[in-house]
Amino acid sequence: MAGAATALGGLRGAARFEANTATRDPAWVKGLVLSLSLGFFLLFLLLPLIAVFVEALRRGWSVYLAALIEPDAVSAIRLTLLTAAIAVPLNLVFGIAAAWTITKFDFRGKQMLITFIDLPFSVSPVIAGLIYVLVFGAQGWFGPWLGEHGIKIIFAVPGIVLATVFVTFPFVARELIPLMQAQGRDEEEAALVLGASGWQMFRKITLPNIKWALLYGVILCNARAMGEFGAVSVVSGHIRGVTNTMPLHVEILYNEYQFAAAFAVASLLALLALVTLAVKTYVEWRASQTAQPGEVP
Amino acid sequence: MAHIRAHRVLPGFGLSLGFTLAYLSLIVLVPLAAVFLKTITLTPEAFWQTVSAPRVVASYRLTFGTSLLAAAINVVFGLLLAWSLVRYRFPGKRLVDALVDLPFALPTAVAGISLTALYAKNGWLGQYLEPLGIKVAFTPLGVLVALIFIGLPFVVRTVQPVLEDLDTEIEEAAASLGAGRWQTVWRVVLPTLLPALLTGFALAFARAVGEYGSVIFIAGNLPMVSEITPLIIITKLEQYDYTGATAVAAVMLVASFVLLLTINGLQGWTDRRAARNG
Amino acid sequence: MSIEVQDIRKTFGRFVALDGVSLDFPTGELIALLGPSGCGKTTLLRIIAGLEWPDKGRVLFDGHDASHRDVRERQVGFVFQHYALFRHMTVLENIAFGLRVKPQGSRPSEADIQRRVGDLLELVQLGWLAHRYPAQLSGGQRQRIALARALAVEPRVLLLDEPFGALDAKVRKELRRWLRRLHDELHITSIFVTHDQDEALEVADRVVLMNKGRIEQSGTAQAVYEHPATAFAYSFLGAVNRFAGRVDGHSLRIGGGAVPLCESNAADGEEVIAFARPHELHILTGEAQQGIPVTVSRVLLGGATARVELTGSAGSNGHAEPQHFEVELTRQQLSDLDLQPGQPVRLTSARLRVFPAARE
Repeated sequence: MAGAATALGGLRGAARFEANTATRDPAWVKGLVLSLSLGFFLLFLLLPLIAVFVEALRRGWSVYLAALIEPDAVSAIRLTLLTAAIAVPLNLVFGIAAAWTITKFDFRGKQMLITFIDLPFSVSPVIAGLIYVLVFGAQGWFGPWLGEHGIKIIFAVPGIVLATVFVTFPFVARELIPLMQAQGRDEEEAALVLGASGWQMFRKITLPNIKWALLYGVILCNARAMGEFGAVSVVSGHIRGVTNTMPLHVEILYNEYQFAAAFAVASLLALLALVTLAVKTYVEWRASQTAQPGEVP
Repeated sequence: MAHIRAHRVLPGFGLSLGFTLAYLSLIVLVPLAAVFLKTITLTPEAFWQTVSAPRVVASYRLTFGTSLLAAAINVVFGLLLAWSLVRYRFPGKRLVDALVDLPFALPTAVAGISLTALYAKNGWLGQYLEPLGIKVAFTPLGVLVALIFIGLPFVVRTVQPVLEDLDTEIEEAAASLGAGRWQTVWRVVLPTLLPALLTGFALAFARAVGEYGSVIFIAGNLPMVSEITPLIIITKLEQYDYTGATAVAAVMLVASFVLLLTINGLQGWTDRRAARNG
Repeated sequence: MSIEVQDIRKTFGRFVALDGVSLDFPTGELIALLGPSGCGKTTLLRIIAGLEWPDKGRVLFDGHDASHRDVRERQVGFVFQHYALFRHMTVLENIAFGLRVKPQGSRPSEADIQRRVGDLLELVQLGWLAHRYPAQLSGGQRQRIALARALAVEPRVLLLDEPFGALDAKVRKELRRWLRRLHDELHITSIFVTHDQDEALEVADRVVLMNKGRIEQSGTAQAVYEHPATAFAYSFLGAVNRFAGRVDGHSLRIGGGAVPLCESNAADGEEVIAFARPHELHILTGEAQQGIPVTVSRVLLGGATARVELTGSAGSNGHAEPQHFEVELTRQQLSDLDLQPGQPVRLTSARLRVFPAARE
């Protein structure tokens, strides 16, 4: 890597390949590959994104705003914020604890633990909802007991939170584990040798080193928590104004043929997605900035 | 002399491992076990009858068939997109690179209604496709379109880093040995990318099999034709057929676990490849 | 402060890293733990620091048992192999870290911290880098900052893990001399780990040679080099020629020849391993009957001395492959011998060191 980069005067990125006769593609190949890949990108990624905003504003700003301040929409937005406000911190704490365990210590069964943490990624969101119905639903394990005590989990807010916690479970841990693995244990050990307490070590050394990955993990976790549809749909019961989150509200409006309103609420979620991607890009840029000065000749 | 217990120098092992295991068990493992515990309350005949009903089998065919096809299409275009992003300079590259992750970040319901708006009979694209006899919305083709959308970033994001780390010396060596550009790509570069491509394929496939939100708006959900397996589970739940829903869910879960293990194996292969190249 | 380790044993799974190691490190000395990778030297250093805990055995600081003392309480300075500088802190913040994390009562004032950091930066001659980040430093600069950081907390002992391992040859030589000078100034008990024999012999007062979790030999650098106690010590320190043979009266039978033995405690008929340094071998031309038959393969001129590479017949070193020998000669000796590549000669030595074959 290093040798090739210096041979070409330290060219970075694609320029490195385009300046090298051995890795340069003929112009017509580049043209063909670019038009195929960018055409695909345009059709399958960009167009759906643009469509959301265009459809949302099709009937004008007044309809757009009316759809967002209507009481059911407001309560859906409030529930979505509440759900994320509970699910994200829980998974944040879990993500840090799991990453700390996995990357700073050696123990048996570590590989299995990593696989288990990934499990929610490979489970269909519908099943994620179903499992909580089986545990807490009227016919579930704790259903009768909960019923007696007047506690409602399924078709109520706690169920929505639980399902959301499940589907966003691995996000923070997945961002932290590879980074902390790469950073190793030396800096923490150095802090201890220098007399730092466990908490000082974590706050002054570990946390600053992982803050950008942590931020991105949280943002991604948050986007998924606010946008989750399948799992929440199973446990929500779709009670308007009570157990409807934003994505569920979008579905109801859409099924009632209130397309402009549906897209108006959807556009808020799309904006959230764009913010998430912007943060991701920024975090990656930061990471590359801190990585580059390391290459001292 | 005092006995020296097993000692870990960095603090917090007991606390963090304990919390991790407790949280993992409470949120993930115990509830997932409920599916299997519920399933074994069924007699084998009843279980088999539920999971092999014609409408359910048709949904497997649709779900797994379109997922495979979507993942395959994503491998081709995902590779082209990753190649463009790594190897070429073009205007708007940063934007394209950032937006590739859109399906990760965009709520599935939003993707669902947006794709439907594009491909419906009078939609942006539908109005041109319909006269040609191509119906996308409310057909299996619509399911395919939605699954392509959600699977694309998996392929791009597994192939891209491998392509970036690929030493230019490998291609220089091939060229110096007299290989043409096409031969170099076909015989040297692509085999190196193979583990990453397969991993991306498996990830996209696994995600597509379980997908719900982006599909149900565009699928039309006609029984035997365009009804996906997750929707079968929901339908059974809405009819209070909890055991039926659980039986179908158990089948899907087993498929997911097999896929997860496959993906883990493939990722191990990718990493070892990368280590050897590095 | 003096350090003593007693009967330390440490295993990682089935791998025995340290197997009953006992050592004394007297106050104020600079000591090298030398050995090939995997010999347990870094593990021993980490056990002294408290970064690793032994399965068995004790660590004593100034005669007091420190085995149960936490790494934070041991007051050691540790310089990590890859420095472990805090990447998000400036050089200044890195050095001040150990002072700033002290408990409220014993923490120096900010002004004292600044002054102390300034003194340390002067000591390592890098004051002008105070506000740089570790990523902006060269390897040698990072090494010196890591040392300054370790010294900031006024440790009672300084431990360095492969301190020059990650540096290029020129910087390494400079830093070696600098570390030696620094030690002569500070006189703090220091232990450093290295796999480089030149480094150990050049820098340290005393060398502890380790192999496979045990101590092979320990003593002053000169003693260890001049009088290797074991076959391992001999072959690890410096260039060496190795012979396998059988003791036959006052000579050693090797393949088709014999070399006289002057000092040996091996019994008649015993299978042994013998060593000689390149300058301890002699080349005989003409009709000599002494020594073992070899063929000249190359003559290398360089500097004041010349090196001759020779090839023995198969079996001369106990292996099926033909063995290669290296002899160091003065220019004068070389021109007297007038060697040609391919020429058959005989090889002998007056200073063959013999070790029992089984102990190797």
